Amino acid sequence: MSFITRGFSGRRGDRDPHLPPGQTLVHDWPVLSAGPTPHIGTADWEFVVRTENGARTWSWEELRALGIEDITTDIHCVTHWTKLQMPWRGVSLDRIWESVETEHEYVMAHSYGGYTTNVPLEDLLDGKSWIAFEADGEPLDPEHGGPARLLVPHLYFWKSAKWIQGLVTMPTDEPGFWEQNGYHLHGDPWQEERYW
Amino acid sequence: MEKLDGNVLAGHLADVLGWDATGADARCMHCGKHGAVALAVVYASAMGTVARCAHCDSVLAVFVDGDHGRTWFGMPGIAALEMTR
Amino acid sequence: MSSRRPAAWHVATVVDSRPETPTARRIELDVPTWPGNDAGSHLDVRLTAPDGYQATRSYSIASAGDGTHVVLAVDELPDGEVSPFLVHDLRAGDQLELHGPLGAFFVWSPPAPGDTPPPVQLIAGGSGVVPLYAMAAAHAASSDAAEFRLLYSVRTPEDVFFREELTALAAGTPALPVDFVYTRRAPAGWPAAPGRITRDLLNAATLAAASEPLVYVCGPTPFVEVVAGWLIDAGHEPGNVRTERFGGS
Repeated sequence: MSFITRGFSGRRGDRDPHLPPGQTLVHDWPVLSAGPTPHIGTADWEFVVRTENGARTWSWEELRALGIEDITTDIHCVTHWTKLQMPWRGVSLDRIWESVETEHEYVMAHSYGGYTTNVPLEDLLDGKSWIAFEADGEPLDPEHGGPARLLVPHLYFWKSAKWIQGLVTMPTDEPGFWEQNGYHLHGDPWQEERYW
Repeated sequence: MEKLDGNVLAGHLADVLGWDATGADARCMHCGKHGAVALAVVYASAMGTVARCAHCDSVLAVFVDGDHGRTWFGMPGIAALEMTR
Repeated sequence: MSSRRPAAWHVATVVDSRPETPTARRIELDVPTWPGNDAGSHLDVRLTAPDGYQATRSYSIASAGDGTHVVLAVDELPDGEVSPFLVHDLRAGDQLELHGPLGAFFVWSPPAPGDTPPPVQLIAGGSGVVPLYAMAAAHAASSDAAEFRLLYSVRTPEDVFFREELTALAAGTPALPVDFVYTRRAPAGWPAAPGRITRDLLNAATLAAASEPLVYVCGPTPFVEVVAGWLIDAGHEPGNVRTERFGGS
């Protein structure tokens, strides 16, 4: 039976009403990974959307040509840190989905290197997500998911799949990597949907 | 974010199995190679601890320490683990 | 699953805590339920905050053998969550939750009677010396006649752990040869300029592959991986090279 360690309070800061419950404000950008960092050149990079109706592929230039926008957003990691008002640049999923037809309501994001995470389609559309290439004014570093990562800032940041390779639609919600291993299927920070 | 080795799994494995399995021989389900658990490549972060095969990088085992003392353990990539009776 | 020293959760009481280096602290613990530990073992320290949040970190044990007195040497990591607490806030009389002894792979035991023990080469990077010091001390306390050597890479002379104990082991019978590599600043009069360990330095200061030593390498991951690679290149069998990688925080 654990006991409270005298004098230990952990790293978390005070409650702040601007932050979701249980979060602490940070000013650095921690790197958390489940495996080796893939290194993909933009010449070889492809983005795929696969549905029950087939697949559509974009090259680096083709995806960016859909229109890059500036996004300023807060990001929340389930490991309790939050960064406020972070500048990003990327292509909105809404632009990509103009070429996509599906009856499916769920998506599995697949990354170079094998990482997966599941997201409901309604959490990706209507201005809620991007394929992001730049953060903090710089091209995304490989250790932070570069050359491109999924950005879904209204959900815990493990849903913003690094090294994004493609999206596969699904008729039902299936767990991705972390979701298979204890993390919540949905991941809303304001509801503290952290674990099963 | 740390890249470590299977030695760091000792505590988690002792909690799950009741004994320290880091010296035990384990076989990778993906490539078939086997070796001591201590030789696995381990990525440890606040998200969780992911042990990968040193030969093919497949995920061998995952530990997640959640809130309120909840821990999840998965062994998706270990085909078999040797014990000494 | 039988074990002479099974891992379990224990409550430890801090008996003493004092500076070891400018960034590290030697912590002595009384652990009444401790079954003893092999040299090279580690334990997990679990801290619990008032709201139930827990943080667990592994620390190598500097002591070995039977007995309930456990010695740690904890280096403070700049962005650490647990090590700054252990180095700065822990006081004699405090209690800590421990899990151990752990480490079935990276341990050294004196050979059984009748065994012909191999020579042992210990290679330490920074605080990686802690489990290797435990091995050297356990070897000196045993009647094992095998040759032991220690190669210890460290930033400056002030960063040396267990300096007095290592000096005593180096002067003991049998003597433990200790070769230092200073990477940032060397002592006055040191024959070499400070710098990272090189392949040539490694080969010159370690037991030759031909004598088939057991080699234990411990330290930060990049150090361990470079040194282990050089050892294999020099002809050591991979099965004779045991590694333990240390991380941060």
